[in-house]
Parts: sequence; C-alpha cells; structure tokens
Amino acid sequence: MSEREPIISVRGLTNRFGDAVIHENLDLDVCRGEILGVVGGSGTGKSVLMRSIIGLQTPAEGHIEVLGENMVGRSEDEAKNIRRRWGILFQNGALFSTLTVAENVEVPIREYFPYLKPPLLDEIASYKIAMGGLPPDAGPKYPAELSGGMVKRAGLARALALDPELLFLDEPTAGLDPISAAAFDDLILGLQKRLGLTVFLITHDLDTLYAICDRVAVIADRKVIAVGTIPELLALDHPWIQEYFNGPRGRAAADTAKEHAEA
Amino acid sequence: MASTAAPTAEGGQPTLRIRGTLTITRAASLQREIDAEPDPLVIDLSGVERMDTVGAWLVYRAVRDRGAKVVGATPEAQSLIEQVAEFDKPVQVHPEERATFSRMIAELGQWMVEVGHTLVGLLGFFGAVLVAFANLAARPRRFRWNAVVQRFDVVGVRALGIIGLMSFLIGVVIGQQGAVQLQQFGAEIYTINLIGRITVRELGTLMTAIMVAGRSGSAFAAQLGTMKITEEIDAMRTIGVSPIEALVIPRMIAAVFMMPLLAFWAMLMALLGGGIFVWLDLGIPPLTYIQRLQEVVPPTDLWIGLIKAPVFGFIIALAGCFQGMLVESNSEEVGLRTTTAVVQSIFLVIVLDAVFAVFFSSVGWI
Repeated sequence: MSEREPIISVRGLTNRFGDAVIHENLDLDVCRGEILGVVGGSGTGKSVLMRSIIGLQTPAEGHIEVLGENMVGRSEDEAKNIRRRWGILFQNGALFSTLTVAENVEVPIREYFPYLKPPLLDEIASYKIAMGGLPPDAGPKYPAELSGGMVKRAGLARALALDPELLFLDEPTAGLDPISAAAFDDLILGLQKRLGLTVFLITHDLDTLYAICDRVAVIADRKVIAVGTIPELLALDHPWIQEYFNGPRGRAAADTAKEHAEA
Repeated sequence: MASTAAPTAEGGQPTLRIRGTLTITRAASLQREIDAEPDPLVIDLSGVERMDTVGAWLVYRAVRDRGAKVVGATPEAQSLIEQVAEFDKPVQVHPEERATFSRMIAELGQWMVEVGHTLVGLLGFFGAVLVAFANLAARPRRFRWNAVVQRFDVVGVRALGIIGLMSFLIGVVIGQQGAVQLQQFGAEIYTINLIGRITVRELGTLMTAIMVAGRSGSAFAAQLGTMKITEEIDAMRTIGVSPIEALVIPRMIAAVFMMPLLAFWAMLMALLGGGIFVWLDLGIPPLTYIQRLQEVVPPTDLWIGLIKAPVFGFIIALAGCFQGMLVESNSEEVGLRTTTAVVQSIFLVIVLDAVFAVFFSSVGWI
C-alpha cells in the first residue's frame, strides 16, 4: 500500500444553503487503501460533504479531486469515467423502486458493460447479492418488500457491482441490529483487505469506528477539526471529541474493541 | 497494456495463460476464450497484474463447472477466488414464470379480485367519510377550519385564472362554430341561443369538473399517496388524529363548495367570450346580446348547471382521496394511483352528466 497518496483531496471547500454556512474552508485527504470514518454532530454537514465529493452538490467555493481528477464544474461525460470507479451506498439505500434487487445490482453493470451475456450478468448479480449478505430468495424481490436492513445490504450489493476502488458509505450500520451491524463491519473490512478498497464512511456507530476505521475525521465548526487514529484524537483537547469518545457509549465501544484485540 | 489470454500446451495439458488485468472490462471476451478451450483445462494466473471479483468469478466458474486447474495464482488472487466461492449460493435472480396460458388466466383472476377489492374499498371509504362527517357534526369544535380555508384557496381561488381563460376560449369557439353553420340559414342570431344554453346548462360545469379533476383530484391522490409512503398518515393515526377527518374531509368540503362557484365563473367567462365574438364578428352589440340571453336561457338551465357542480366535486374528491389512500409501497404507485384517480373521476363525471341530462329532461326542465 502506497501510504499517504491521497485518493480524495478536498481543499478550501465552502458550502452554503442561503444564509446557512455548512462548510467553510474545509480541507480533507483520504489516502488510498484506508477506511476513513467521518464523524460529527447532527447537522454538521457530513452528508453534504459526501455529496460535494461525489458531485451531487456544487460547492460555493473550493477544489475537490477524486482519483486524481478535478470534480468541481465537470461535464457529465467527463465525470462518467470516475463514476465507474466508485460505489455509493446512500443513507436510505436509494434502490430503484421499480426494479428488483437483482435488477438494481445489474443496473451499473449494464450501463458500462452492455455486451455481457445475460447468464453471466445474472451470475455476477447473484454473487454480489450473496456478498451483500442477502438471503438467496432476495433476488426477485422489490425494494418495497424488503426490511430496512435488507435494503442497506441490497444497496451495498449495488455499490459493489462494478468492483469499485472507492466506496462511499453513508451511515451503513444505522438501523441494523448489532449482529448484522458487526457482520456488516466484517464484510467491509474483508472487502477492503482483499480488493484494496478505499472507504469513505460516515457513521455514528462507535463500534464501527473502533472495529474497522484506520483514521477518523471529525467535523465540527464548519470544518474538519482533526483527522487521525482514535488514540491520536483522544490525545487532543477538543471538548466535542472528548465528549464523543469518552462518553458512556464511547467508553463501552472502546472496551469492546479492547476485548476483541485481546481475544 | 499486455493483457492477453494465450492458450499454450505445457506437458501435453492445454493451458490458458492469462496476462495483465483480469477484470470486468474484459469479462465478455475472456468468457469466450475459456469456453473455447477444450477439457481438461488449466488456467495459469501467474501473469495477472490486477484481478477483481468478476475476474475471480470467471476463474472460479471454470473450476466449478469444468474442473479446471488453477496454477500460478498469487495469494491475493487465491484469496479473492476463495472469497467469491464463499458467496456462490443459489440466489434466485428472476421471479418464477408460469406458462403463458395459465399466467393469462391468473392475471385475469387477479384483475377481477382487484376490481372487487377496489369497489368494496370505495364503498368502505365512502362509509368512513360519512362516519367522519357524523363525528364532526357531533363535535363541531374538532372541525379543521384552517385546513378547509387553505383548500378553498388551492382548489378554488388559484384555479380562477386557468378556468376563466379556458371557458373564455370555449365561448369564442362555440360562437364561431355556431355562427358559421347558422349563417347558412341566415339564422346567425340563434348563435346567442347556442352559446347561452350550452355553456350554462352543460359545458360550464362539465369543463370545470374536468379541469378540477386534472388539477385538484390528481393533487389529492398524489399528496395523500406520498404521505402514505413517508408514514405521515401512520404517524397521524398513532397520535390519535383521524386522517379522514384531518385530510379527506377538508378536501371533500373544498371540492364540493368550490365546484359550483368555479362552474358559475366558467359560465360567465364563456358567455363573455361568446359575447365578444358575436359583437366583433356578427356585429350584435353587447346590450342586445344580454337582452337576448335573458329571453332564451331559462333559469332552470342555471339550476341544472349549479346542481350538478357539487356532485361532480364530491366524486372528484372521493376518487382522488380514495386512490391516494390506496398507495402502499413505492413511488411508482403514487403516479399510477394519481392517473387512476383522474381517469376514474372524469369517467364518473361524464357518466353522471348523462344521467343528469336524461333526468332533468324527463322532469320537464327542457
């Protein structure tokens, strides 16, 4: 792994909605092959940051580079090459409601590789669905027939459809039961190790942070106030960081992580 | 980029040597090459620089289906192949399909059941609305004045512009078409009879109903349908607010009260359009036009138009709200139900209009 090579680089990002300033002069680097957790209080603009990076939100100011290419003010055609190389799991799954789970997974593959034969396409969809942790009968179901956790898994299967180098996950474990959430963490970690994925992970789940994140970026006061491993963050003297990691939930998650490490 | 698959023979074994990248970008061509190789197959991965899960899947598939031997795989490639193997579960991709004939029968049956359910549901919904009205009559303080006034604005006041314009143009068209035909008999003065009677008795109300169905009936269905999907209506129920009282009744009242007013407005605008046409084209001055209208349009025509209007309003609101409340699962259904609401209400309005026409003629309001 070539350390310190930024795969996403955000410089001087400013986002405004009317008078409300969400980000002001925000800088962030995501290195190749790492899992970067992004944390911050509700309404601090974590999702807006992700939307800016993936080009769904045009920033007021700033420079964003993904996989070495400038993302701000690009035409749709130019951005297509980048879009092929990332996968995105939205907070609520964002599955296409008129397509079945299998068809949802096949959408990106069909878009970029229209000449693949249907039997192979179906097999690819089928193992992606299994990879996402869905039961075997989930393929022909419509999103409306799925539970919240299954929607997330189907969304992940779709995000993984093109074997992306870069994976954006917006609160992937929110709304999952602890067992599924832990399995989800393992899945992400396993994929990251095997495929050399880079993961941009927005989460509130402290267990996820401890279990899989290489580094954590903290958003507060309209910018990234700190990036580092959890011990590095704990050494900082910022009240929000201290309260976040040293609150009752933070300590419980730390204890669990320690037990895991010893076992 | 050296990414080739070269079949060679090593020690009598046919070997497929894959070089370069083994990814989804060359999945289709590689599949053909694997298929073209004879058994027993040996796949040499020593030249592979990059592999993704699709590449691993192709290799795994050859191993699974044809007993191919894999040589020269790096540990990473090996672990990737093992990983995809782990996810080789019999996942059902397509829904089961039945034979065409039995499927047709099944679809017909399903359709019949749905029609039955819809009719029963509509009756039940009508009942629920009546119960809610009765409840409100018993406790009038629960009545939501604000919601009703807001609906008056949306359904009535904001429709004035478009309905006025539409009716004005219809008046002009009737005048023009009527004048062209009646001039042939030198009877162009009867154009006024035509404009007066047809707009007041029929078209004013009917066109307004069609416009309200397209404008407000569709909005009712879409609003309630979206609220069903976002669980707003469930939230209301759990708080103890009756969605029928809070959402359906105000819309019904708005449609029932606004329809006659809009229909009257439409009649006036059509008469105005016709009047301006006959003034400019036939040279009949406005005063004569008004006097003639008074003579030829009986008051019963106005009553017929105005009696029909609230009934049409009720039908439009009932169909719109009912279809909206039927939305269950996804956003596609909102569109479907909205379309159904508009089609149903326009259809019912025209059927009822025919019934009214026959009825009023037979009671002597000719």
